[in-house]
Amino acid sequence: MNTKPLNQQDNWSMILRPKKSLFEVNLAELWHYRDLIAMFVKRDFVSKFKQTILGPLWFIVQPLLTTLMFVVVFGNIAGIPTDGIPQVLFYMTGIVGWNYFSTCLNDTSQTFIKNASIFGKVYFPRLAMPISVVISNLVSFAIQFVFLLGFLIYFIAKGSHVAPGIEILLVPFLVLLIAGLGLGFGIIISSLTTKYRDLVHLVSFGVTLWMYATPIIYPLSEIPEKYKAYVMANPMTPIVETFKTALLGVGSVDYFGLLYSFGFMVVLLAIGILIFNKVERTFMDTV
Amino acid sequence: MTDVVIKFEDVSKQYRLGVVGTGTLSHDLNRLFAKMAGKEDPARKVGVSNKLNVRDGDYVWALRDINFSLNDGEVLGVVGKNGAGKSTLLKLLSRVTAPTTGVIKVKGRIASLLEVGTGFHPELTGRENIFLNGAILGMTKREIKSKFDEIVDFSGVSKYVDTPVKRYSSGMYVRLAFAVAAHLEPEILIVDEVLAVGDAEFQKKAIGKMQSVSKSGRTVLFVSHNLTAVEQLCTRGILLQNGTLLMEGPIHDITSAYKKSSVDETNLKRSGTRLVEMQQYKMTDDQGKEIDELFLGDNFYVEASFTAREAADYADFTLDIRNDSNEFIGHVTNADDLFEIKNIAKGENRKIRVEVKDISFAPGTYYVSLWLGNKYGTFDYIENCMRFTIKQGEKFIRRPFPFDKRAKTVLRSIWKAL
Repeated sequence: MNTKPLNQQDNWSMILRPKKSLFEVNLAELWHYRDLIAMFVKRDFVSKFKQTILGPLWFIVQPLLTTLMFVVVFGNIAGIPTDGIPQVLFYMTGIVGWNYFSTCLNDTSQTFIKNASIFGKVYFPRLAMPISVVISNLVSFAIQFVFLLGFLIYFIAKGSHVAPGIEILLVPFLVLLIAGLGLGFGIIISSLTTKYRDLVHLVSFGVTLWMYATPIIYPLSEIPEKYKAYVMANPMTPIVETFKTALLGVGSVDYFGLLYSFGFMVVLLAIGILIFNKVERTFMDTV
Repeated sequence: MTDVVIKFEDVSKQYRLGVVGTGTLSHDLNRLFAKMAGKEDPARKVGVSNKLNVRDGDYVWALRDINFSLNDGEVLGVVGKNGAGKSTLLKLLSRVTAPTTGVIKVKGRIASLLEVGTGFHPELTGRENIFLNGAILGMTKREIKSKFDEIVDFSGVSKYVDTPVKRYSSGMYVRLAFAVAAHLEPEILIVDEVLAVGDAEFQKKAIGKMQSVSKSGRTVLFVSHNLTAVEQLCTRGILLQNGTLLMEGPIHDITSAYKKSSVDETNLKRSGTRLVEMQQYKMTDDQGKEIDELFLGDNFYVEASFTAREAADYADFTLDIRNDSNEFIGHVTNADDLFEIKNIAKGENRKIRVEVKDISFAPGTYYVSLWLGNKYGTFDYIENCMRFTIKQGEKFIRRPFPFDKRAKTVLRSIWKAL
């Protein structure tokens, strides 16, 4: 917290006050607790798969089944075009990218409520919790991504019309954008849910609705011109589109859109951290 | 040079009562409108309540204007009844929540044993949990690694260190958790009631660890209901009552003030029909002089008077004796001596005296509850209305060192070589 000494004699290492100024965010302290973040990631991973038969294979089952369902419903029944890309690849690419965002958002949005008992007993920078969630979800994303690459190679070998481009180098940046947006929205929601629980109900179906507003099951090229502005205002749109371009080689990268997403993420994270920081001091009284 | 390491300056903490959920949005809007209209915040009437723990609408002061400081190397006992604000004080200090007003200044790293085992995950092994728990308490991986063997040794679970802790017994679980916390080596250690858990052997270890922590010049804040432990460990104390700091001083002054307040007449828990009502009662020695202290092996007397509001065929009178952990230790009834209290007429006032011989409970603090009733029900039951202390002395047993705290009764023994 405040490390400024009051005067020459008093070298207090910590001063606890009722109201902290809004912009007093201690990232150095968070860095000090990096081992804790690593431990939380490990805990999440180990506890998720102990006493399951398939273990980490579950990471693959979920996108695979969702893809199959999308192929049946949207591809074959509804007949939504996929820019000439094999349906399985088209949907799976979108799902893997979107999944990372939605799990980050869903999991971090419950930071305060889920961890009330541990937060109520001991102090550590509360941000360590949502950050560790984002990192442990990154592990599952990586597994799904490798799985997706396997499919991609299979389809290329079969001679399908897909060609990953040089844009694939952008993927780490895209992942960073997804993580930042998920974290940003998540911590804002988690800060608000300490007082207004209604938001919890909103989040899970809100994220589902959001997916339909993002070009996951349809290509951006199919959007009528008059709606395009709305779809492009969605910060996830350029990310998902670039992700598809990078892996499947359709369309082109909208750098202006990516810049927009990046700016959006920075502002969102800044606001999120400020709110989170303010709430973390007294949320125990209201949870 | 002694150095102030903790300083509380006018610290208060206010809590909101009731369920937070529905209605809070409208409540908040209410406050906002009041603020915008330039009126006083309707939810907070700070000036009004000089009395503590008085509800201001839906708000309550858990702590009010607390001022004290703690020097380097001191062991401070925090004493007070449930709800006096002890836990809130520790919560503020361990940064779980922030004060409403005032400032707390701290020098050095604080580790709290507020609740041991925080963050333990049942699926993880003992080893993994040591690292996780250590990290939660603020240690780096390197620090934990360097102390790992020591922690495992201290906990005594070395055989099971690679077993998931969900297979541990509760005793092993607590031991491991305490071991991690005890090896934090903070400048300031906060301990809250941890001694209530674990077996006696472990408690001894824990107390020893606390003593060594304080001897090595570090500061300890100890909160407990166990006055014997507090007196043993602490040098100074503070007494909290209804959120205010009632007293600050040497630990023996504090505990004796607390003991006095804990048998405060107004707080007595009393139940029964009162058809026959207890009037006066006191504990005396054989001279009839009121006492609250005796030596092992002494006799003591309880005199009580009661008045019948309705006639009763008979009544039984019992004394229940509990120790300061509220364990039921001794029981005495008039039937033990085939003494009868019969044919009580309406309006009659009676007085009885019971002599209890050769008291042989372990030295410590005890509370007496009085019960008056018969097989149809309780006339009058007054809980913990008298308190007394038993001192070891030399009359009953002659050992020249203190009696073992773990034992509850003292047996006399006669030794000879054969």
